[in-house]
Amino acid sequence: MNSSAIAASGLRKAYGDKTVLDGIDLEIGAGTIFSLLGPNGAGKTTTVNVLTTLLKADGGTARVAGYDIATDPRAVRAAIGVTGQFAAVDDLLTGQENLQLMADLHHLRGGEGKRVVSSLLERFDLTGAAQKPASTYSGGMLRKLDLAMSLVTKPQIIFLDEPTTGLDPRSRRTVQDIVRELVTDGTTIFLTTQYLEEADRLSDHVAVLDHGRIVANGTPGELKNLVGGHYIQLRFTSAAELDSAARILPGSSQDQEALTLRVPGNGGTRPLRDLLDRLGEYSLDAEDVSVHTPDLDDVFFALTGRPTTEAISL
Amino acid sequence: MSTTASAPLTDSSIMLRRNFKHIVRNPVTIFNGALMPVLLLLIFVYVFGSAFKVGERYIQYAAPGMILLAITYGLSGTAVAVNSDMAKGIINRFKVMNVSRGAVLTGHVVATMLSISIAVAVIIGMSFALGFRSPATPLEWLGAIGIILATTFAASWLTVALGIAAKTPEAAGMSVVPLILLPFLSSAIVPAGQMGQGFRQFADYQPFTPIIESLRGLLDGTPSAGYAAAALGWCAGIAIVGYLWSRATFSRRA
Repeated sequence: MNSSAIAASGLRKAYGDKTVLDGIDLEIGAGTIFSLLGPNGAGKTTTVNVLTTLLKADGGTARVAGYDIATDPRAVRAAIGVTGQFAAVDDLLTGQENLQLMADLHHLRGGEGKRVVSSLLERFDLTGAAQKPASTYSGGMLRKLDLAMSLVTKPQIIFLDEPTTGLDPRSRRTVQDIVRELVTDGTTIFLTTQYLEEADRLSDHVAVLDHGRIVANGTPGELKNLVGGHYIQLRFTSAAELDSAARILPGSSQDQEALTLRVPGNGGTRPLRDLLDRLGEYSLDAEDVSVHTPDLDDVFFALTGRPTTEAISL
Repeated sequence: MSTTASAPLTDSSIMLRRNFKHIVRNPVTIFNGALMPVLLLLIFVYVFGSAFKVGERYIQYAAPGMILLAITYGLSGTAVAVNSDMAKGIINRFKVMNVSRGAVLTGHVVATMLSISIAVAVIIGMSFALGFRSPATPLEWLGAIGIILATTFAASWLTVALGIAAKTPEAAGMSVVPLILLPFLSSAIVPAGQMGQGFRQFADYQPFTPIIESLRGLLDGTPSAGYAAAALGWCAGIAIVGYLWSRATFSRRA
């Protein structure tokens, strides 16, 4: 198998004088899950639209499944499946008719088309609703139907633009399971998300997009290392206790208002035990203790200087 | 991985099937397309008809006009359908699928023409039932059908363009209202000569008047080459404008 499914360099896109993509470089290995992570307005959907030939880039080049998006868009389209942010289903048609429409447009012959349609209905647990119009489907069912429609041709690369946004936790879990299952068949997944824990949980590689630039790129583990280590957080009931604890725990940093103390750790039990022993020596009791593992929220904050929540509400 | 170069004809017929399912499942479209013209026909013939001086039995005068109304009333559903296609994600799916781009629009045009043809057939049947008589020869009937199809084709492309250009489905529905009103301001319902100043001139020079007059002539067995040429000229012009406008807006929006 070829090493990279998607390779982009210097992709740029602007609307008028508003730059949306400001030189995007990507290298995504075949058969892996890649997450493009960023708040609303970072340029995630634009990146997907450019790579899927829906939009022309103003500059830069990209190869998808080995084909140049600018000079060979038809070959690119034949190799990919796309599920956009908004359900791309025909809501007057039934679930089965929607899938059949895809099979027809892909010119699958009668028997083969029918087989693909019924196997997809079964796989996505939609057989029961197959004869009902898509307008009666719940959000989770629509997303599943939408995904199933992208899989009619067994594409090599699947683009999922915020596949779990707006779904309830259970449907979100179902979609995540499907994504994981797809990749075991050798499919490459390009996924965008604003959920940091989703990118962390699903993907082999993550790129963080901010204002049209990729500000970090690597495995979830590598990104977490960027922000530094784990820490243990202690909360005390009085400022006096906080002060005494800070004095006996070198390297710690305190927050006077929240009465908390952060002590560096490494995720193992050793520093935790030492810490508790030391507190015991001085008869200090913390009201609350928590072990903090850096997540992608911290990564985002460290990279952009803004917490994700603030960026999302922009 | 089976990839076939998309055949515009196959794609269009797949889209046509899809559009036709939409029409059948949306009873409002059927109501607008066939029932409204039938109701108008009954109202004009039985309620207003005797008040108009048309020089002959009113049904005899109005039947061709009602055919025209059947055409224009069939359009509003199309504008809305085209617009909702654009507004929803489905169009992007078609675009990343190597579906020939014109197929979506062609599907709408052909589906509209089919449903309008049904409405027109219903109106012609009703007119005969209400006493309309035609001395037209088979050739003249063929000519009449040709004018009807040309008008439908032209109006459909213009409607598709209006549907794409509109910002919302509601606006798309409104955008065809002028098209629906135009036949009322032509000699379809009453002779232009009986209209007030201004309206008469407007009626004389608007496209629906030569269309209706050539249709009336053919159905009365007194075809007029002048009207027919003017009608076909208007249809060609409207179709070209509608087609080019559709293409341009489609590639900009979708």
